[in-house]
Amino acid sequence: MSAKLSMDKLSIGCVCLPGGSIGNHTGAWRSMMPVFKHAACIGCRACELVCPEGCVFENPGKKHLVEKLKREIADRDFDPDYCKGCGMCAEECPVDDIDMGLEEK
Amino acid sequence: MAPQGRQEILEGAMAVAHAVARCRPEVIAAYPITPQTHISEELSTIVADGELQAEFVKVESEFGAASVCLGASAAGARAYTATSSQGLMLMAEVLWNIAGMRLPVVLACANRSVSAPLSIWCDHQDADSIRDCGVIQLHAEDAQEAVDQHVIAFKAAEDRRVLLPVMVNLDGFLLTHVFEPVELPDQALCDAFLGKYEALYKLDPGDPMSFGCFTEPDKCMEGRWMIHDACLRSAAVIEEVSAAFARTFGRNSGGLLEEYKSADADTVLVAKGSICGTIKDVVDELRDKGRRVGLVRIKTFRPFPRDRIVAAVRGAKRITVVEKGGSFGSGGVVTPELKDALYDAGLRIPVSGFCVQLGGREVAPDGIQEIIDRVEKGEQVHYEYFRLKKAILPDLVP
Ligand code: SF4
Ligand code: SF4
Repeated sequence: MSAKLSMDKLSIGCVCLPGGSIGNHTGAWRSMMPVFKHAACIGCRACELVCPEGCVFENPGKKHLVEKLKREIADRDFDPDYCKGCGMCAEECPVDDIDMGLEEK
Repeated sequence: MAPQGRQEILEGAMAVAHAVARCRPEVIAAYPITPQTHISEELSTIVADGELQAEFVKVESEFGAASVCLGASAAGARAYTATSSQGLMLMAEVLWNIAGMRLPVVLACANRSVSAPLSIWCDHQDADSIRDCGVIQLHAEDAQEAVDQHVIAFKAAEDRRVLLPVMVNLDGFLLTHVFEPVELPDQALCDAFLGKYEALYKLDPGDPMSFGCFTEPDKCMEGRWMIHDACLRSAAVIEEVSAAFARTFGRNSGGLLEEYKSADADTVLVAKGSICGTIKDVVDELRDKGRRVGLVRIKTFRPFPRDRIVAAVRGAKRITVVEKGGSFGSGGVVTPELKDALYDAGLRIPVSGFCVQLGGREVAPDGIQEIIDRVEKGEQVHYEYFRLKKAILPDLVP
């Protein structure tokens, strides 16, 4: 019924449709920023699952060789528009392949 | 069930429950608390007996009750709850959300003192302390008004120009537990008056949406302003709905204010709730002796009827607010709002504020008369705990 509800133009009760909060760029909250090292990552997806912003993704076409496994694994990266720097991905990564660094603005 | 035009002797809370049933809420959720309990207890019986097709949700707390009403209203149902005192405090967080999501939930507050010290008796500090959250607040003087204001509440809340929760205040025990002659609204008239609730937006798995979404600082103020604006504009809707109610049911129970012999009064009292019955008796007695005294009764406290109050009191020589509440460390609640309105209107009429009846202490007509005598002798009081018993205070209090 309400094809265009989003948070760009407010509605009564600030109602929006799925995806309607896409304009809320939580990246502006960040002081720390993750660095995905693409070295030891085994592709377990823990970072994708724990990210509260759902902004970690598999970067299509980008891969790194994991020597221990002797095969290539798809790179994980994050969307800086939405990453709020919480550090959960780095905390949960089982092979320590994500660092958190201070972001200079 | 009484046909139109027939009065029954009913307990206030029971009468409210039957009036609510005639408004046909589809979801009712409530948690027992004195002195509200008879309302929700009776409604659960009405639902269990099959007299009302509604979901009565038993909840673990008032937080749960308000949350169920929020969800039900967002899903497009007419939703109702009732509470008092601590229960209202526990609902507070959800009430802000209900107002912000613009959901027309109706609730009753059987006004009761807030702990501590523990008291189950009536004052207005429960309702007054949630005045800022966007809930429209009506105040009843007697059981009939409490009944009628519920019908008005549903109609005004669901108006597309409003879409805000409405709370009907009725004084705990003084109105909830007293048997009075009451005329219940006729079912057929009630159905025609209210119609079916049609939500502007509703939760539906087939057309998913979120309510009260996150706003960045660049939009939050506009989200808040819409609540303020709708609440202010609801004043006109409340008057319109109240007039329509009077035409349909033949009773003048709604509106923003009642002006009782105040038009030519030198001393105007301002109050809300059941104490106005006592004040009117005193006004009548003093009028018989030729004293120009009147009452302006606040029937709608939110939105605050600034312009109407200023117009009603502008001829007075002095104004005395008699309130069952206050803000610790500041003063009254009604008193400063009235002064604010007068100041902006350029009126410097002396205003006194008296705090009475906290925790249910009785103020008989002689108390009201004493207040009037004092202000008429020229006393002006910022905010006074009336007839405070200093003798029972501990020695540590200077
Ligand atoms: S720091 Fe937090 S928000 Fe950013 S990518 Fe990692 S988990 Fe997501
Ligand atoms: S948690 Fe670490 S190992 Fe797992 S996918 Fe993310 S970066 Fe790779």
